[in-house]
Amino acid sequence: MDLSFLTTRTSIGIGTGFYAAGLLYGSWSLCFRHRHSRIASYAFVLAGWILQTYGLLLRGRQTHSCPLGNTFEILQFVAWSCTLLYLAVGPAFRTSVLGFFSATLATALGLGSLAVPAWDSVMRKPTFATSPLTELHAALGVFSYGVFGLLALTSLLYLIQLRHLRNKRLTGWFALLPSIVELDHMNLRLLGFGVTILGIALAAGRLNWSGSPEVVHLSKLAATIAVWVAYGTVFVLRLRQRLVARPFAIVSVVLFAATMASLWPVNASRRPLPPPAGAAVDRAP
Amino acid sequence: MTPPSPQLFLVGTSHHTAPIEWRERLALSAEKQAALAATLRAAGTVTEFCVLNTCNRVEIYVTAVDPEAGSHVAAEFCRLQDLPEETFAAVALRRTNCDAVVHLFEVAAGLDSQMVGETEILGQVKTAYAVAQSAGSVGAVLNRIFQKALHSAKVVRSETAIGEGQVSVATVAVSLAEKIFGHLGESHVLAVGAGEIAEKTAKALRSREARTITFANRTVARAQQLAQEFGGNVLPFEQLTGGLGCVDIVVCSTAAPTAVITEGMVRQAMHERPSRPLFLIDLALPRDIEPAVASLPNVFLYNLDDLARLAEENIALRRAEIDRARHLVTGRAAAVWQKIAGG
Repeated sequence: MDLSFLTTRTSIGIGTGFYAAGLLYGSWSLCFRHRHSRIASYAFVLAGWILQTYGLLLRGRQTHSCPLGNTFEILQFVAWSCTLLYLAVGPAFRTSVLGFFSATLATALGLGSLAVPAWDSVMRKPTFATSPLTELHAALGVFSYGVFGLLALTSLLYLIQLRHLRNKRLTGWFALLPSIVELDHMNLRLLGFGVTILGIALAAGRLNWSGSPEVVHLSKLAATIAVWVAYGTVFVLRLRQRLVARPFAIVSVVLFAATMASLWPVNASRRPLPPPAGAAVDRAP
Repeated sequence: MTPPSPQLFLVGTSHHTAPIEWRERLALSAEKQAALAATLRAAGTVTEFCVLNTCNRVEIYVTAVDPEAGSHVAAEFCRLQDLPEETFAAVALRRTNCDAVVHLFEVAAGLDSQMVGETEILGQVKTAYAVAQSAGSVGAVLNRIFQKALHSAKVVRSETAIGEGQVSVATVAVSLAEKIFGHLGESHVLAVGAGEIAEKTAKALRSREARTITFANRTVARAQQLAQEFGGNVLPFEQLTGGLGCVDIVVCSTAAPTAVITEGMVRQAMHERPSRPLFLIDLALPRDIEPAVASLPNVFLYNLDDLARLAEENIALRRAEIDRARHLVTGRAAAVWQKIAGG
């Protein structure tokens, strides 16, 4: 099959279309009280993820590195990681609403990153292309942000379910959502997983920085360590039962928003790189 | 010459046509059912028959070539029940052909039940059909109608919200507990007091495999009796405060004039288990649990009014689905009868 018409941006654009279809399907089911099919939800997200993977693969081949060179690529990678996790653990949730929320996040990140051409018009210096360790550091770091993204989604589901139970209004999504204890357990596991992955990412980066400290961007390092410390602190507080239930879920959502916001100054501080001679890289105009 | 088309007759009574006293009077015992079957078979007036006998209905479905077969069955039923035919006529339910098929489809789908959408009737229809099958009293027509009715009932449940939500206080409470804790296999239940609804709720929780159930009552003998009945433990009433820290679900139904569980008691209990939710169900009047308890983090307090309101909402939701479900059923039933009547 000839897939030459699929460039990075068209693949990701069509993939985002599938995510949006999952979002619309979920909205339609909820608005009209139609039974929400988990299989349909999963299929939309899976189709979107396959196309997104293909788009990122094309970009990776063009830049000869993990596609984390600008804001567009980072946002796509976060959405990709978050969706991958949903595809892996979603069926265990037995809820189609998680698919709906994953589709919402992936659509928002996809449309947002596609809508701002400037986020993809500049190619940043692929510092990680020089060393496999740095490549691993960057990929794991952004993957952990995807884990935190899924944590924010499940925390949001927790807060919605909690609100239903507190207000004693058991309509809308109540029947579709898992129990709050199950959501709480999933939140704790995702948090532990994310903190571990980001910790490994930082350790991999540390090995590289010690050899060549000139490649370290202080703002990026400070922001990443701050994110890890923040999530690590929340994890410890949750294990010691000092931060539980609603406050824990709220902090998880707020921290993810702050994490995403921290990407902008980090990315802006990196040096733009002129396109390599002779390299035809498919980017926004 | 083509053989005459079979005709379908339904003779019986239901909660729509007869009050409970009459339904008690007209219920068919196993012996009477056997006697009726033997008489119908011997008379040779009917070719197939099946009896659906529940607490809300006695319905006899028969096929025959004779257009008067329905009246013969009614007469035989009255003779068996020692009842004048005119008296029975006042509370009788009579349907023929397509109307009888539509009725059976509605019954199987729970649309004709007292508690619309309940699922027990589907099992009862299945059993009635199985009994008739094993007795060899059903043939091509009733086989088809009953099988299609059972299938249609499943379709109705999956395509409409007719069976959604719980409609009794006890089952609403259990459903809420599952939305808080998930599977109740790890949940510990404490029943305070020994009211009837609390007993039903405890029974429902136990049926969902709650890990332990503990009874606390001012009359220790009653607590011991319930503990024995449900396979649970007894907690001295004076140790209630300590007990709250070790359980997940508390069902209260004492006759105490003031609250037996205060905000201070629950606050202390939550201090020992802050990450584990506590579900309090207050089924007593006057209330057993101080309303201020509801404001504590990770505590969920539902009283009798809350649970009754939720049950009512679910009933209303089911009622709203009746037309859609009936439309589905009628179309399917008519199609089945058309095929049968058309040969």
